[in-house]
Amino acid sequence: MMYAGPAERVSITLTVNGDVHELAVETRWLLSDVLRHQLELTGTHVGCEHGVCGCCTVLVDGRPARSCLIFAVQADGADVRTVEGLAGRDGRLHPLQTAFRRHHGLQCGFCTPGFLMAALPIYREAPAMTDQELRGALGGQLCRCTGYVGIVEAVRAAAAIEAEGDAT
Amino acid sequence: MTRLFGEPVERLEDLRLLTGRGRYTDDFAHDAAQVAFVRSEHAHAQIRDIDVTGALDVDGVLAVYTHEDLDGDFANPLPLLVPHEGIVAPRTQYALATDEVCYAGETIAMVVATDRYVAEDAVARIRVTYEPHPAIVDLGAAAEPGARVAHADLKDNVAGQFSEQKGDVDAVLAMAPHLFEWRFEIERSASTPMEGRAVVARYDASDDTLLVYDSTQAPTGIRGGLAALFGVDLERVQVVAPDVGGGFGVKIMQFYPEEVLIPWAARRLGTPVKWTEDRREHFIGSNHERKQIHEVRVGVDDDGRILALETRFLHDSGAYCPYGLIVPVITSAQLPGPYKLEHYRYKFRAIYTNTVPTSPYRGAGRPQAVFVMERTIERVARELGLDSADVRRRNLIQPDEFPYDVGVSFQDGGPTVYDSGDYPRCLELLLDAVAYTDFDVERKRAAAAGRRVGLGIGAYVEGTGIGPYEGAAINVLGDGTVTVATGLSTQGQAHETVFAQIVADELDVDIERVQVTTGDTRRIGYGVGTFASRSAVVAGNAVKKAATSVRQQALEFAGRVLEADRDDVELVNGTARVKGSPQTAIPLGRLALVANPLRYAYGAEATEATELARKAYASGDAPLPEGSTPGLNAVEYYSPRCGVFGFGMHAAIVEIDPDTCNLLIRRYVIVHDCGRVINPLVVDGQVRGGFAQGLGGAFYERIVYDDTGQIQNASFMDFLIPYATEVPEPELHHTETPSPNNELGVKGVGEAGVIPVSTVIANAVADALGRPIDSMPLSPWQLFDMLHPDPAER
Amino acid sequence: MKPARFAYHRPRAREEVDRLLADLGEEAKILAGGQSLIPILNMRLAAPTHLIDINGLEDEPVEPGLADGVVTLGPLVRHAAAEGSRLVADQLPLLAQTLAHVAHPAIRSRGTVVGSIAHADPAAELPAAIAAIEGEACVRSTSGTRSIAARDLFVSHLETALEPGEWIEEVRMPVQGDRGSAVEEFARRQGDYALCGVVALAARRPLSRVFVTLAYIGMGPVPLCLELPELSPSELAGAPLEDAVRELAHERLEPEDDIHASARYRLWLAERLGVRAARRAAALPEKR
Repeated sequence: MMYAGPAERVSITLTVNGDVHELAVETRWLLSDVLRHQLELTGTHVGCEHGVCGCCTVLVDGRPARSCLIFAVQADGADVRTVEGLAGRDGRLHPLQTAFRRHHGLQCGFCTPGFLMAALPIYREAPAMTDQELRGALGGQLCRCTGYVGIVEAVRAAAAIEAEGDAT
Repeated sequence: MTRLFGEPVERLEDLRLLTGRGRYTDDFAHDAAQVAFVRSEHAHAQIRDIDVTGALDVDGVLAVYTHEDLDGDFANPLPLLVPHEGIVAPRTQYALATDEVCYAGETIAMVVATDRYVAEDAVARIRVTYEPHPAIVDLGAAAEPGARVAHADLKDNVAGQFSEQKGDVDAVLAMAPHLFEWRFEIERSASTPMEGRAVVARYDASDDTLLVYDSTQAPTGIRGGLAALFGVDLERVQVVAPDVGGGFGVKIMQFYPEEVLIPWAARRLGTPVKWTEDRREHFIGSNHERKQIHEVRVGVDDDGRILALETRFLHDSGAYCPYGLIVPVITSAQLPGPYKLEHYRYKFRAIYTNTVPTSPYRGAGRPQAVFVMERTIERVARELGLDSADVRRRNLIQPDEFPYDVGVSFQDGGPTVYDSGDYPRCLELLLDAVAYTDFDVERKRAAAAGRRVGLGIGAYVEGTGIGPYEGAAINVLGDGTVTVATGLSTQGQAHETVFAQIVADELDVDIERVQVTTGDTRRIGYGVGTFASRSAVVAGNAVKKAATSVRQQALEFAGRVLEADRDDVELVNGTARVKGSPQTAIPLGRLALVANPLRYAYGAEATEATELARKAYASGDAPLPEGSTPGLNAVEYYSPRCGVFGFGMHAAIVEIDPDTCNLLIRRYVIVHDCGRVINPLVVDGQVRGGFAQGLGGAFYERIVYDDTGQIQNASFMDFLIPYATEVPEPELHHTETPSPNNELGVKGVGEAGVIPVSTVIANAVADALGRPIDSMPLSPWQLFDMLHPDPAER
Repeated sequence: MKPARFAYHRPRAREEVDRLLADLGEEAKILAGGQSLIPILNMRLAAPTHLIDINGLEDEPVEPGLADGVVTLGPLVRHAAAEGSRLVADQLPLLAQTLAHVAHPAIRSRGTVVGSIAHADPAAELPAAIAAIEGEACVRSTSGTRSIAARDLFVSHLETALEPGEWIEEVRMPVQGDRGSAVEEFARRQGDYALCGVVALAARRPLSRVFVTLAYIGMGPVPLCLELPELSPSELAGAPLEDAVRELAHERLEPEDDIHASARYRLWLAERLGVRAARRAAALPEKR
């Protein structure tokens, strides 16, 4: 069994966007803070720290999760994906990113990484969803700027953009 | 090359924001010490003692400060931002409280530590001994004579008051065929951007300079204030508003305590210091707005023409009035809206309560004004048995009556004069789009099927684009990049793209070569800020002026270099050339280098420049002609004489669910006009976003205080910003009535979407229920109480 | 909003959890999904000195299981796994219907069914679901194991019948069989805690009559259950159902006033949603 005292630092291995990191963390440090300040991956944003706004959404072992509601120590050994890993290593944008740009799905950009990561598991099914279904699938993500229209359009359009890209 | 003005150009800023490379204030300075605050638990109390000893023992704490530690002007109350003759009892808070706290959330002590976790640990160990006073929270009660005071040293709660009159309201009301009196109430709400506030400060002792990153809407203002507080030249302080995750007015407020304390601590400690607001802090430490109570008297004739209108209203200032009286002033000036009010009087009192202070939130007093005016129109129509669209038609200012002087003062101190507009056309477009004349049938048919549906409309005029000024500094670099800097800042309004469109058009360069920086005093030191829907108008026109100047310089200089007449030279595709002679083309970047006559050739491109200098000496001319500057660059300012007035009208068709009493928006139609449109993608985005915020304010969001002055819903769990599942897509139509008052013909649009939404929803619900709605916001619970009144309360 | 420090334990076996709870007592909280607990810690509304992270328990099923007509869910079965489970869709659709209302996808990928039930928030959906289906919690400690029936499990707001040192290692819910089910709730925003919600279970009785149980969400300190009288199809479709729900709701439910809704409004919702849920649950499928 693992044990760590209150002020002790614990060694963890965090794989983020395919890169393996060995870190020493306090057990109470949130994954959102460790990503942002230890790993300086500031693309994941913090909006509320109580799980309602979704700005901090990342993928943990392939599933969307609130990084503000996970202690980094819990993510030891996990495979984490953040917005920084969405585009290809060659800089080629992910279809979702292209779609957000084309459909004006962002204004201030603060909620955008959370939306992108929340949309990632579902964008291929999006074209078949009704408007309410798609909005529900993007549930739990707040945006204060766009009124959501551009975001919904973008997520709906991403699969087709992907197909366009594959065809060329 | 196609012109970009008016085109839905994709945004240049998106690339970095989409790939996680945005730079928001908390993204900087990972090495900085971090701050947490002790904030007042009580809404009103004397502080008897602050015991920080427990905090000093916490490992990782660098310093703990209270008011005693603040020196010089930092120990004084924070500035009163916008003075006004109507302010009678100005009060602003101290950066750290002295002996009295007047709202729950007020800053008392500051802990600087190695990280925020430790800082919060230390905060938890600081013991403040309070002697609580009963709080005064209710606006109406606070305005009563003999009310409990929010500030112990004041005799009442009046922060300020003001009144103006156009015509002779009393005389006309006395003779009006119909006279009505109504009361309207709007509740408190808040901007709540997704990014809270944050400040990072770095002090460099070696040259006594300070660099501050601040998630603010007014970096130039912060800079000026900090320089004054520190007693140093402006040049020693630089302030940068980097990427900002939404402002909506809450970040135009200056100076929040943290904005002066973090730089102060950085200088005191000689280490970078950062403070990043958390969500709970945002609710209790960042300003609110909206709360007002209006008593309206209106005199009308048999056709519903408004003969005279008076409003006497109370404005909730919160515990302090750092932003003066601007919000109630705007309410007062904008209340007449698109209607001809020959006799109009307003009288307001801004009242202190033991609550978070108020300052502008998107709309800044206009949503309240629209609510009062439009509900009045609706009630007049009802009382007289008239169609409210007809009542509006009869009262609208006509297209040939511009410029139209409303007759009262605008927020910039000048008169409120509408520059241009076509309100009747807007109304007809709206009514047509929403099939207004068919709705009676629709309502009856629904009623027969047991469904309650309603249609509401509402109109607004929005003063935008006020001064004093903004500036733009444009420079063409050797590689052809065109840099543009303007002093106001950006919180998502696509300035990087919109201003680049203007420059790209003017200089005929590829928009991807235009790099716009906003809100960085290192790039341009003068500016005012992003608020009041002014960026496109004021900064846009400054950018246009500066771009025009650069264009003239380029043509001038190219003429000399190409040995052609200036009028025979043109700018095409990033080059300058003799008209119709592509073989003479000089890339703009090279031209800029050559326009900087050099002695020393520091590289290949500069060699050409030194050649020119020699040529000039040989020809007997000065290398740098009189009146010109090296390179291709310009700094220009645009200072509007007055505001310009956008306008619009919205309509909503709603249905009330019989089981849940929830409100369903069946259709929401918007017709808006912001003059000439620079980028329709951006304008639509602003309007849609404003609509969502307006819907939030109509049916979901309000700040709830209990009577001891504690906020009951200081979290996103209970302050309900709607998700995508709650916000329908509005139908957008726009008209373009250019402003004659500025070269670009543009008007602001940043706040347009939000302004009438609460009112339109209220009107639609009133129509569905067949009863007046005189307060906002609504909720399913309130609808339930209206549909199923409590028998016990009869 | 950062949590206070805690000592962190990551046991690998259920027995270790027993021992930790026995040793640490009130000072320790179990961390499973964390979606309810971590916000509380972040806001410093609670500051347990020890956290027992059970996410490291080895050999724990991540999917629901089936044994002797009972669907079993171990402590690490996430909401998302239960929601997407073929087994649940076939044997216990009520659970899938309930889970669709729980928060949002990102919360459901971490939160656990057992954790949500152990948290015992009467405003949450799962306590009402387990009460409706009359499931049970299998509870253990160093003293051994026992079962607590769902209807006895919830004592008050955020309080269960667990003794000190005990924790829930599994919840069991009987298969639904040919009983119909429906979940109705009204929340201000999708995924929010409901102002009022109801989990309805409809059992066939002879002569096409239906027996409906309504377990309420957010209408008292625990999920309160109303057992309607047996009703014929025409009674279900008409006033008798509505009268029955209204009468029982007024008699048994204990709604509160808060900033989002009055008790009176909640009671209204309880009637309307109860009627809707009963009718939908009773639209029984043909034999499976």
